[in-house]
Amino acid sequence: MAAKDDLGKRGEDLAAQFLADAGYTVIDRNWRCARGEIDLVARDGNDTVFVEVKTRSSTAFGHPFEAITAQKLARLKRLANAWCDAHPYRRGVIRIDAISVIASAGRAPLIEHLRRVF
Amino acid sequence: MPVGRTQAVALLGLQGAIVEIEADYSSQLPKFILIGLPDAALGEARDRVLAAAANSGFELPSRRLTVNLSPAALPKQGSGFDLGIALATLAAAGVVRAESIARAVHLGELGLDGRLRPIAGILPAVSAAAGAGFDIVMVPTGNAAEAELVPGIRVVAVASLREAAIWHGAEFEPIDVEPILPAHPEEPAHEELDLADVIGNGDAVEALVVAAAGGHHAFLLGPPGSGKTMLAARLPGILPDLDAAAALEVSSIRSLCGLPVGQSLITRPPLESPHHTATAAALIGGGSKQIRPGAAARASGGVLFLDEAPEFNSSVLDALRQPLESGVISIHRANAVAHFPGRFQLILAANPCPCGQYGARDSECTCTPTARRRYLGRLSGPLLDRIDIQFRVQRITSAQLKLASDGGQLTSAVARERVAIARARAAERLDGTPWNVNSQVPGFWLRGPHARLGSVVTATIDRALERGGITMRGYDRVLRVGWTLADLEGTDSPTADHIGRALYLRKALSS
Repeated sequence: MAAKDDLGKRGEDLAAQFLADAGYTVIDRNWRCARGEIDLVARDGNDTVFVEVKTRSSTAFGHPFEAITAQKLARLKRLANAWCDAHPYRRGVIRIDAISVIASAGRAPLIEHLRRVF
Repeated sequence: MPVGRTQAVALLGLQGAIVEIEADYSSQLPKFILIGLPDAALGEARDRVLAAAANSGFELPSRRLTVNLSPAALPKQGSGFDLGIALATLAAAGVVRAESIARAVHLGELGLDGRLRPIAGILPAVSAAAGAGFDIVMVPTGNAAEAELVPGIRVVAVASLREAAIWHGAEFEPIDVEPILPAHPEEPAHEELDLADVIGNGDAVEALVVAAAGGHHAFLLGPPGSGKTMLAARLPGILPDLDAAAALEVSSIRSLCGLPVGQSLITRPPLESPHHTATAAALIGGGSKQIRPGAAARASGGVLFLDEAPEFNSSVLDALRQPLESGVISIHRANAVAHFPGRFQLILAANPCPCGQYGARDSECTCTPTARRRYLGRLSGPLLDRIDIQFRVQRITSAQLKLASDGGQLTSAVARERVAIARARAAERLDGTPWNVNSQVPGFWLRGPHARLGSVVTATIDRALERGGITMRGYDRVLRVGWTLADLEGTDSPTADHIGRALYLRKALSS
């Protein structure tokens, strides 16, 4: 596994833990279909929340949120639709959130959560 | 996070309107949204502000930033809002004190390195801020001298965004930067042209003094080389200094045009002499988004000299009729109306015919009578109607040249003195009326009980009117010039001699 994949995996673990601590129920991780992958799917009360997790080891090349572009969000929306098609019993209010993880070596990771970004 | 709120000024013509700038961070993916009808240059403030903030050492939140400029319906142009946008943003981010920036007006363009660049139109903008009741205005160091010309407001000059933020309570170490100063070319030393340079042509010099004393518009007719341009160029030199209001106006127009204003308000009347290929927009002002002043507005308070007047496009000349009438230049566009001052003294100069020799003593005119008539016919009647003084200028002869070398010409200093005294007399007489100089007084007042002249005095023009030699409007103009002649000679009211000379001063075209 390449270092960057390792970091991404670690960020997703941290994000899932962060959501669980915040009272969400993580119901799916790394769900794949032909069009791509959703990092996390969680349940927050009645909402089904699709979460894009972006992890970086520093902000030298910009904040992780800055890397979430409009195209990426549009793809996430299509993926969310695909997920709903695949899980028809899970209908409800859907939501797209973003979580950034800045995991510098030797420091506690910094996690930020933005709700309803799209 | 708090909403950052501050003010800047949007200029429309010389009038400035206070624009409120609000900045707010919301918990969304990073994005910078600028709303409130910005033009292209203002829309680019986004990139300048972000780069300037980063290079000044400020860390802005990675969230969505919304900047709103209100009133939203007011069109806003240019880069002068950068400083206000940057400080509102810093206040929203909690870097500077929100209450500190809320009570000041901020003007200035940001460079990517965070230094502030001077902008055009500082003088009218700061005046507007002072007029709106603000106590503090923050401007780029390069504009400080100009901003300080406005009384009643505290000017804070800063060289960079960092310095501005520190002034507003940001806890940062100051860094000395080299301030950006306006890049004005060295102004050529302004040589005052002296009336004494004009030799011979005593009549024309006298007529010029009359025009200056009464503020009369004048028309100079004469063959090439007779000194029309020379005379007109010396008119500003014999006009009195501008009063405080006019000085502010002239300086504001210069500031708006991006011309240097200097360390004090401009007190000498300006001279504008546009080329005869000028368009209506160049002369009056225009532009679709940003409405800019033209030569007529720059000449307000001074002299607008149109050399070779018949060569101007007739629609361009007729565009001057409205400002000549009202003293205000109004430029109407779909989204706004801009007003500029238009109280200039119009001096037209023309050759008598296309070849220029008609009426010259020493050469023969080769134009056909039709060509001659058509040439001056290009100046429309309504325009000439507004011109009080018309006089012929002749080439000087060698005898006049010899005579003149003895000296004895009228110098500008002496002429200015005479003009000042005559103007003071007129102002005293017109005290309590809305007018200051004779050229502004309408005909009904001159013929009315305040200024009616005896029938002996007006006999010449009464007769001319009866025979159709002059029109009623021409009659009024002769009276007006007659009063100016009386003021120049220090008599209480015009005599028959003054009226006779006034009549002579408007006969150039008909002879």
